[in-house]
Amino acid sequence: MRYLLSGNEAIARGAYEAGVKVCSAYPGTPSTEIFEELPKYKDALYCEWAPNEKVATEFAYGAAIAGVRSMTAMKHVGLNVAADPMFTASYNGVLGGFVIVTSDDPSMHSSQNEQDNRQYAKFAKIALIEPSDSQECKDFMRDAFEISERFDMPVLFRSTTRISHSKSLVEFGERTEIPPKPYEKNVFKNDCAPGFAYKKRAKVEKMLTELEEYGCTSRLNKVEYGDGEVGVITCSIAYQYAKEVFPEGTSFLKLGLTNPLPMKLIKEFASKVKKLYVVEELEGFMEQQIKAAGIDCVGKELVSNMYELNPQRLRQMIYGIEPEVKELPVKAVSRPPTLCPGCPHRGFYYAIAKHKDVIVTGDIGCYTLGDNPPLSAVHTCICMGAGFSAGAGMARAFEETGNPKKFFGVVGDSTFFHSGMTGAVEIIYNKANMIPVVMDNHITGMTGHQDNPGSGFTLQGDVANAVKIEDVLSAFGYKKILIVDPWDLKATDDAINEAIASDVPAAIISRRPCLMIKRMKHETGLCRVDPDKCIGCRMCLKVGCPAISIIDGKSVIDPTQCKGCTICAQVCPKGAISREEV
Amino acid sequence: MKKSVILVGVGGQGAILTAKILVNGLISKGYDVKMSEVHGMSQRGGSVSTQVHFGDKIYAPVIGKGGADILVAFEKMEAVRYADFLKPDGIAVINDFAMPSSTTSAGLCEYPEGCVEAMQAAFKCHVLDAADIALSLGNARCMNVVLFGAMTAVLGMDDIDWESVIRETVPAKSVELNLRAYRAGRDAVS
Repeated sequence: MRYLLSGNEAIARGAYEAGVKVCSAYPGTPSTEIFEELPKYKDALYCEWAPNEKVATEFAYGAAIAGVRSMTAMKHVGLNVAADPMFTASYNGVLGGFVIVTSDDPSMHSSQNEQDNRQYAKFAKIALIEPSDSQECKDFMRDAFEISERFDMPVLFRSTTRISHSKSLVEFGERTEIPPKPYEKNVFKNDCAPGFAYKKRAKVEKMLTELEEYGCTSRLNKVEYGDGEVGVITCSIAYQYAKEVFPEGTSFLKLGLTNPLPMKLIKEFASKVKKLYVVEELEGFMEQQIKAAGIDCVGKELVSNMYELNPQRLRQMIYGIEPEVKELPVKAVSRPPTLCPGCPHRGFYYAIAKHKDVIVTGDIGCYTLGDNPPLSAVHTCICMGAGFSAGAGMARAFEETGNPKKFFGVVGDSTFFHSGMTGAVEIIYNKANMIPVVMDNHITGMTGHQDNPGSGFTLQGDVANAVKIEDVLSAFGYKKILIVDPWDLKATDDAINEAIASDVPAAIISRRPCLMIKRMKHETGLCRVDPDKCIGCRMCLKVGCPAISIIDGKSVIDPTQCKGCTICAQVCPKGAISREEV
Repeated sequence: MKKSVILVGVGGQGAILTAKILVNGLISKGYDVKMSEVHGMSQRGGSVSTQVHFGDKIYAPVIGKGGADILVAFEKMEAVRYADFLKPDGIAVINDFAMPSSTTSAGLCEYPEGCVEAMQAAFKCHVLDAADIALSLGNARCMNVVLFGAMTAVLGMDDIDWESVIRETVPAKSVELNLRAYRAGRDAVS
């Protein structure tokens, strides 16, 4: 029996079959579903959402030190947060196998940059494994744990959006229970003090040399010889595209273990073909090393290092064949993602955008969508936590140059626990001219509604003591913590004014649960427009709600979308919109 | 043999369930299948696409421009947006249904006129008002299965028992409604 699995589901299945025991992660597209899948196997393993990727990585690595197989997973930029423990785990090594899954996002479908995390494996001097479909996602997991234990290092397991979110058929295996390895105190191994690190530095090189040798015969690296004319070295999803684009007779060296590169195997393959291509998505990670080894090949001269590949793009790059398409005289206009109808973020953004004299610095989450028109409330978005700290730096710069401005830093509840808390300390301790705002919708929204330390539930479905954001802010020293319901525009505006006028450190919590949280009962209703009262002034369009449109000069609310939040009713100058209970 | 279907629409319209029914039917016949979905940010009312590829052996889970045999558009402007994914001799199944985008609602631009007509001039098209058909069946939410029914009429995989695939794929309480939606969609284009 074969099952149709996404790469993420297959990674979870593979870790389960490989006997993983402890798993910790922070959600991030396109990696999230790996951990959403794990509770299925909770009788055999422990899994959790951690407050951020660094905590998750340290937690999972701790379990590996203790002697069991462990895994963490994150999106590509999550590894920036988790890089610190990864680099040292490379020196200290493991007892139980330790796998770090990174899901990269070529073309930036849901991300702020296009970093190629394969570079991290080389940088941190650890093994890198790259599956090319769901079956390999599952199968290679077992190899990943074995390599980690055999070569005493963490293994970076890299998928991409197209690997994680494509579905293909997978044959299952059985779980192997791995007994815990006996833990003994070993300070030299598990302490990175400089004297120990100095000695372990040489071990890292020795292990990489042995791993390269291993890679030359590993089943992860596969040779398919053709007629000897053209050869292609490739990995990950690019292998699937190359198989469609290059003609029959082409030889393939398909690499699944890509750091360290099996250079002996590559040289042998190169010697058996007349023309050699290296086909890889994003950076010329393999190509640069292959060229540095003195092997003649063609890669990034033809294949762009930007954006996702697909068979048509690759065909165009290699052979110059343009796709046959029909041009239409009509063009589609842009349809960007928007805040959902009834979204609690809308009210706060509408209210703050009216204050033209303040600057709002934003962060990563659903509330990033408040950057777009018509709300256009936010000036910046950088990374998790920067809504507070980068804004504080901007405020200081204006202050130091004699042009002070009031700042509002905006983060979500999950982002607050992820890396907003340290920024909240920075603001209060170093006296930034900023009001920190937590948009608390009780869930990690954009990634598909995962629990976080404020939500009161764990990944395995157990009840937990929710950490109260107001208690945290209060402990930091914020003396005025204004908690408002963003569905009430006047109360929200009053809170903004009160915070601005406050002579003690103030913070705002804009609090209402996301309507997509299934376990909660929501106070939804339905708003209707009285066409006799509507004058078609379009004020209600300025709240940016997808349920509202203008038909024949009058405002109309789509009853299938409306949730009855009444933000539109509160901005209507004619009182033409009213809410009905449903 | 290799065929590619691309399903496009607006986040939340149910394209993924439709693709799932399609894929389950194809697997039951022993085809190799790959499917690609969009998750994350674009789900929030943005433009979305799902691709399904099947045949004896499938490598790539995505195609590029000019690669699809069938385009199923859950919304008519989205048909235009993804029209260049369709092979010149490909077939489009179009829901004659418009959803304003945040940019048109905010008055930043106009929803384009003549989407369906432009598609009809360029491609072989089957156009139906799946929203209206779904409403007449008593539930606007089965619009996606109405479109699925229309697509199966075009797909030509008549050896697959789509009705039993629907029974096995959709939630038990909505089986009857979805079967009626499937039949109504098929009838609308045959």
